[in-house]
Amino acid sequence: MQPTRRTMLKGLGAIGCSLAAHPLTTTMTFAAAPGENRLVVLILRGAMDGIGTLQPVADPNYARLRPELSRASPGADLAEGFALHPRLDPLRPLWAAGELAFVPAVSTPYRDQRSHFDGQDMLEAGTGRDVPVGAVRGGWLNRMLGAVPGVTAETAFAIGRDTPLILTGDQPVSSWSPATRLDLSPQARLLLERLYEADPLFHAAAFEALELAESLGRSEEVDSFGEMMRMTRDAQAEERAAEGARALASFAAARLREETRIASFSLTGWDTHRGQRAALDQALRRLSDSILTLRDELGPLWGKTAVLAVTEFGRTAAENGTGGTDHGTGGLMLLAGGAVRCGRLFGGWPGLDESALYDRRDLMPLDDVRRYAAWVLRGLYGIEAGTLGSVVFPGLDLGDDPGVLV
Amino acid sequence: MPADPLTLAIRFGYGLSPLHPPPADADALMAALTGPDRIARQYRQPPSPLALSRVAAQLQAKRAMNRDETEANRRALRAANRQLAEDYDDARRALMARAALSPDPFRERLAAFWTDHFTVHLPGGRWRSVVPAYVESAIRPFVAGRFADMLRAVVTHPAMLVYLDQFQSVGPQSRTGRQSGRGLNENLARELMELHTLGVDGGYTQDDVRELAELLTGLSISDEGFAFKPQLAEPGPEVVLGRRYGGAEPARLDEVLAAVDDLARHPATAAHLARKLAVHFVSDSPDPDLVAALAARWRETDGDLAAVAERLVTHPASAAPLGAKAKRPQEFLLSALRALGPVPRALTGMGRRTLDGVFSAPLRAMGQAWLEAPGPDGWPEDAGSWITPQGLAARITWAMAAPRVVRPDLPDPRDFVETALGPLAGRETRFAARAAETGWEGVGLVLASPEFNRR
Repeated sequence: MQPTRRTMLKGLGAIGCSLAAHPLTTTMTFAAAPGENRLVVLILRGAMDGIGTLQPVADPNYARLRPELSRASPGADLAEGFALHPRLDPLRPLWAAGELAFVPAVSTPYRDQRSHFDGQDMLEAGTGRDVPVGAVRGGWLNRMLGAVPGVTAETAFAIGRDTPLILTGDQPVSSWSPATRLDLSPQARLLLERLYEADPLFHAAAFEALELAESLGRSEEVDSFGEMMRMTRDAQAEERAAEGARALASFAAARLREETRIASFSLTGWDTHRGQRAALDQALRRLSDSILTLRDELGPLWGKTAVLAVTEFGRTAAENGTGGTDHGTGGLMLLAGGAVRCGRLFGGWPGLDESALYDRRDLMPLDDVRRYAAWVLRGLYGIEAGTLGSVVFPGLDLGDDPGVLV
Repeated sequence: MPADPLTLAIRFGYGLSPLHPPPADADALMAALTGPDRIARQYRQPPSPLALSRVAAQLQAKRAMNRDETEANRRALRAANRQLAEDYDDARRALMARAALSPDPFRERLAAFWTDHFTVHLPGGRWRSVVPAYVESAIRPFVAGRFADMLRAVVTHPAMLVYLDQFQSVGPQSRTGRQSGRGLNENLARELMELHTLGVDGGYTQDDVRELAELLTGLSISDEGFAFKPQLAEPGPEVVLGRRYGGAEPARLDEVLAAVDDLARHPATAAHLARKLAVHFVSDSPDPDLVAALAARWRETDGDLAAVAERLVTHPASAAPLGAKAKRPQEFLLSALRALGPVPRALTGMGRRTLDGVFSAPLRAMGQAWLEAPGPDGWPEDAGSWITPQGLAARITWAMAAPRVVRPDLPDPRDFVETALGPLAGRETRFAARAAETGWEGVGLVLASPEFNRR
């Protein structure tokens, strides 16, 4: 029997759900704000192909719309009707442990223009189409910090070369790129500290720079300038490579084990217009490496952690003529972490019938990605619904709690 | 009291150099600036027409390749791409060599100031090498000339027309507009008034923006470079700041440029740029008397930039103690090269990997990727934007590593502290130069010192 949309959705909640108790169970933990809970927001820049990642194999239109791609990277079944891209198989233990969830048909309010730049701006600003561009300053993670007492510059960390829009704004945040390394002899470090002591601006920056450099662990004795120049030159290339993703996640974990509660970094390589098979393979490997590095290096804190992976929009339901997919609308959101409710799919599935598509080409989004983000913020940090709907995500109707947290 | 040579060298140049003495006085500074631009001929980079013709050649090669993937077409495309990359490398080498080796570094600082004022950022391989060529042809020749001439050159340069979307702007009632349904893009019109001339408080309205946008239609590009296309121009006269322009049929470029000239001449432009110059060269909160003096000189001379520069360097506020501002990353890097006094070959002979390692990647790490300002308003001026943990870490890393690339025979740090800072070197910096375990760390500590990173 061909599974119908109804049978695909039925039982999504039960599959892969472990009964293990999670440490994050009561609101008591929220008393000492910003508390002990951790949030990592991964921005998947370039528009992730949700359909190729969480594959709706039971939908007969899937193979019809994607004759090549559906055969290129076939996944094994995950929950009824959906298969998981093989490059995310390393995450299956998380699913089994109840630490992984998906929202398969979701989007920001952004529609129709399908520009990466504008789409990412809207994703990070956390606004809707009813808010004029520029009317709200900065990003939603930064505005959210304003609603949490006891925030310091260490509370939120932007990891990577630039502070992304999502964390810019009035609240202080820290930023660091693990590719910037400072390797000095102890003598030179001592002299530097003395040098900066009398200049407050330099003193503040240098002290933090040295602290951060040390927290990365002192690398081999670097006496050779050639080695230093290599590191400077390779810094950019390094960030793009798989090692770079792991380094970002590892740095995030190191900060989150200390004072930091919120971290955000970006993963690129999702704009798969051509040769999607190889490109998506690499991008998904970086995603799964990032999540597993966070889990491994956060240790017991993983239980208090939620990871949100969000992208600016999805990709076309059908494959194009160059072995890829083009800019679309509805896409996939991924949640991971011990704070996330047992392996589940949330929010329903509209199907890939032509009549069910947005604009007859894209997956129809059934829900607003900001609603999930808002309920996660509410769950982790106890922020009031009114604040979430007016300050953090102006104009957002929070609706009912989708229940993504434990 | 006039500014002393040390102050002039640091405030209006790229600091001290073992190769050239600091300018004796403001007259010497101005004599060099108003003389011929010798250093540009000595360390060349492709000017605009050449760079644009190479972009056009690459575009043609690319089209040929798309039509027909033959080996010959592939080779031609590869050669065209290589040429563009070499042009970009030449521009990087010229920038470093001119700043480090010129006896007239005030010109380099002014070119950098106006480059930032008229920011253009074109990402992507094909257009990347056009931006330095834009600076070379539309900005540099006018830094001691008339502002109105620079403004004309900027608004008719393909780099600016592409960057601020002007080439896509179509008068809705123009021939093309009626046929295609395409319309106006206000981007250049708005930035022209808000950023380039009058300033955000310069007294213009949204109607002025729209009228100016209609007037600017027709400014466009072709494969060869700038093109005025009357078929894109909105018919009828437009009223900008109360003045009527245009209306000729077919539309003419000189009618557009008349409005551009009037914007250059507007008193709000004088006030806006007087303040911006004072902020950049002297202090984030400049002496109001300095700003007023610059604006007055600007108005009296109709934007004669040499006359304005003369007022700037002779004003008593310019003799104020140094250190109010932090060098931005590019200023830091170029002034460090100047202090090191490399042989020309060390800069002009740099290969691509070294250019990436010593120049481009470090500037990106310090937060100021070359010619990639985040928006049309350019880079921030305030010290707090630059002296961040990450930015400072990148400066220190560069200071420790890069000097040996350009000076394999590194100077003794105890001498270098004098060459680079002279009487500005504080006790701790002198001590560090003496106490460092290795020569390269000593030189690095001097370059990383607060004294060297302020101006």
